[in-house]
Amino acid sequence: MTNAAIHIDEQLHPHAHDAVATGAHAKGQQHPIKLYLVVWGWLFVLSTCSYLVDYFGLHGYLRWSLILLFMVLKAGLIVAVFMHMAWERLALAYAILLPPIAVLVFVAIMVLESEYTHWLRVLFFAPPS
Amino acid sequence: MTETVLTKMVQGAGRLPGWRGIAADWASDQRAFKNVSWGKAMMWIFLLSDTFIFSCFLLSYMTARMSTTVPWPNPSEVFALNIAGRHIPLILIAIMTFILISSSGTMAMAVNFGYRQDRAKTAILMLVTAAFGATFVGMQAFEWTKLIMEGVRPWGNPWGAAQFGSSFFMITGFHGTHVTIGVIFLIAIARKVWRGDFDVGRRGFFTSRKGYYEIVEIMGLYWHFVDLVWVFIFAFFYLW
Repeated sequence: MTNAAIHIDEQLHPHAHDAVATGAHAKGQQHPIKLYLVVWGWLFVLSTCSYLVDYFGLHGYLRWSLILLFMVLKAGLIVAVFMHMAWERLALAYAILLPPIAVLVFVAIMVLESEYTHWLRVLFFAPPS
Repeated sequence: MTETVLTKMVQGAGRLPGWRGIAADWASDQRAFKNVSWGKAMMWIFLLSDTFIFSCFLLSYMTARMSTTVPWPNPSEVFALNIAGRHIPLILIAIMTFILISSSGTMAMAVNFGYRQDRAKTAILMLVTAAFGATFVGMQAFEWTKLIMEGVRPWGNPWGAAQFGSSFFMITGFHGTHVTIGVIFLIAIARKVWRGDFDVGRRGFFTSRKGYYEIVEIMGLYWHFVDLVWVFIFAFFYLW
């Protein structure tokens, strides 16, 4: 960036950095260290639980629901506490957390699609057993 | 108070013509995320786009696995290791998971100490995070080597559906690349913290702008995201 551009930038934003420095983010995201240690501990517990699902060889719907449960809890803890989403304004939280819902629609589409592909393969291409 | 001053300044300033004007208009006071700096907002938006990339990989894996008529190799067996004469399923992946979670923990604390302007602790915690990340990548290299030696290829493997190899290399490879980039990013920022760039307002090499301790949090967002993606890969690829 040229010096002129920096100069213009500072003309337009004379207080932009001050706003960051004196506003809500003066001290940034300040939370007690204990909170992070507790979340860390819970992530260990949840990971151990999901590993035990495999270790004990659970199967069927029990296995899948437990895997999904532990996964969602871990992801929630990471996003909410470690990434500080719990303390951000809703405008940001919704802008980031709602679009992935589109992925769930995509999942539904691809489940239908792969079931139909599977049937075609079974009907026409599977080796005679 | 500062907000209103900012708005008045921008409206009062004569708008620039031409290309400069386009850049200035798009870059000026049109902000939706009131108390979030552009750096942090942009990192979140980047992470959102990365979410879609990883979602597409996991979706193509799901589609391949659901539509194949050949049995899928059992990951519990494929990733088992013999340790001290005992056969333990999926143990390497479990250890990798714990390492990545620990790196997230140290990263979260680095962000905290960064905002307290504790240079030494921030830099050390970031380097510990980087070390955990490097360990993770090392274990992934071991895992890849082991599977390649056993005959896993993107086009086939000894145990079942051919798509296992391509899904595995694509998903874990892309994630490992993210971890590697994260380690480099961590070391670069840790160096700046250690040197005190954010205390004396030293200008960046590429941007010629002053940095702030917030960059540690932005860096942290990226790192936690890498951990977050691993949570989903662990659940869907290794455990399912």
